[in-house]
Amino acid sequence: MPEIPTDAIEGLAPQRARLAAFLKRLIANRSVALGGGLVLFVIALALLAPWVTPYNPLESSFRERLLPPSAAHLFGTDHFGRDVLTRVIYGGRLSLEIGFLVVLATGVFGTLIGGCAGYFRSLDNPAMRLMDAWMSFPAILLAIAVSATLGSSVTNVVIALSLATIPHTARIVRASVLVVREMEYVEAARALGARDTRILFVHVLLNSTAPLIVRLTYVFAIAILAEAVLSFIGVGPPPPAPSFGNIIANGRDFMVEAPWVTIFPGVAIFVVVLGLNLLGDGLRDVLDPRMRI
Amino acid sequence: MWSFVLRRLISSIPVLILVSLMTFGLIWLVPGDPASVFLDASATPEQVANLRRELGLDQPLWTQMLSWYERVLSGDLGESILLNRSVAAAILERLPITLSLAAIALVLAVIFGILLGSLAAVNHGGWGDQSIMTVALLGLSIPDFWLGLVLIVVFAVQLGWLPSGGFVAITEDFGGWAMSMALPAFTLTITQIGFIARMTRSSMLDVLRQDYVRTADAKGLGHGFVVMRHALPNAMMPILTVTGVIAGGLLGGAVVVEQVFALPGVGRLIIGAILSRDFPVIQGGLLMLAVIYLLVNLIVDMLYAVIDPRVRLA
Repeated sequence: MPEIPTDAIEGLAPQRARLAAFLKRLIANRSVALGGGLVLFVIALALLAPWVTPYNPLESSFRERLLPPSAAHLFGTDHFGRDVLTRVIYGGRLSLEIGFLVVLATGVFGTLIGGCAGYFRSLDNPAMRLMDAWMSFPAILLAIAVSATLGSSVTNVVIALSLATIPHTARIVRASVLVVREMEYVEAARALGARDTRILFVHVLLNSTAPLIVRLTYVFAIAILAEAVLSFIGVGPPPPAPSFGNIIANGRDFMVEAPWVTIFPGVAIFVVVLGLNLLGDGLRDVLDPRMRI
Repeated sequence: MWSFVLRRLISSIPVLILVSLMTFGLIWLVPGDPASVFLDASATPEQVANLRRELGLDQPLWTQMLSWYERVLSGDLGESILLNRSVAAAILERLPITLSLAAIALVLAVIFGILLGSLAAVNHGGWGDQSIMTVALLGLSIPDFWLGLVLIVVFAVQLGWLPSGGFVAITEDFGGWAMSMALPAFTLTITQIGFIARMTRSSMLDVLRQDYVRTADAKGLGHGFVVMRHALPNAMMPILTVTGVIAGGLLGGAVVVEQVFALPGVGRLIIGAILSRDFPVIQGGLLMLAVIYLLVNLIVDMLYAVIDPRVRLA
């Protein structure tokens, strides 16, 4: 058995112990546990959709139109006789997918814009004035306009929602880059001759991720809410694939005789967004001790 | 004070220029030719060419931009393709509805948000704090348009207390106006109140730990008086900032809520224009709302200076 050099273990141990301590603190936080649990539950349902429900989200059955909730159809059926619970679960798939892609795009572009603005002084003022202008359009209206202009597709919805969430995210990244930029280890890296790109991406951005992670959790929640609004207005992802928003939009015409078609997907949005908001609150408390009360 | 106001005004000019450039540029997002997108496939090439000429799309880009600025600066937002009338007139006619809806919701959200946030901070850690913060979080997580739909079913359809939609002008019938605004304003307030309540609570908690609050308590002033007179004014700055930010959320929310309650405001005008690709109305409407948002935040900055002398003297 080869001998492991002791200094290697010593080098690893504190880092591992720190990670373990961090995870412990994370799980001990009530908001993280509750919010994370809710979000994981919904993600699991979405991923396991075909095994969770015996029905097909697109298959209509005219004999079973607008049935109230029962043992066979826990959330009732819609005007095509489709099982609402099944549609909500499959709708969650699409809504979560869109939310995840928006988080990804917002994370990448928000980091690039905010990071460059915060790090390169000459870019700061022009980039931030551009963000100010960008943010002065009501975000939801900007998303509706962009989605309608580009045409209805999942990709375009993702583009529209990302455009609405990038500027605020860039500002948050910039704010933390401004602080980290002045740290001594950044000065040390510069003294060692590291290039700007290396300093920015390896030293500065990696050390300013905490506010970004918190922000992206809220972006996920915003994206789920906004996708629903887009679908409701009629510029969301194209039918017939269900999303949280277009189930509500379809149910709207039957709100009086069959309120369950509208109420349950709304509750589903509420649960996911509540979970994400709780998770964001908890992450903020754990990651940013200054904010802890 | 005046030099502060002047500096703030000057600094908003580049932002205004960028805002107008972005609204101008929106039309270039359209894949293909905006004129043929507006007209459907049955339009003849002449009709498309006519519309292109009308919209100025046959001109080179910089000419289009110049004439756009020339018009916008003189208050002319162009002609709606669909309504066949001036965009500015169409917007101004509907603006009071949107603004009053957003303003009512803003006032309610600020009053009750500050009240609830302060109550939570004073009862820090107790059940009052926890239940207020839970309610604030629930409000933040509800989809606004869905809440509107549910309220319509409960209060308009089932109970029949309030109208399910439509608008009554305040000049015609005050009672009718109040009834028509009640559900939309309530919907909007519920979804925005949480931001202010949460910010008030955390800002108040910071201030309540300050020495001068302890001193005021120690010299025997009533705690309620200390909270209202000493703590709250010092906690106002972050609350004001959030108020400026949610002004944008409220305008966007008003647009969506107008759609649910069939209120004939700017939001319905713009969304109708978006769905029918009436570009002059989309551009004019977006520009107008962005300018209103910038104005609100200008006022917020002025209020900073009123509340905190350090801002105006800096």
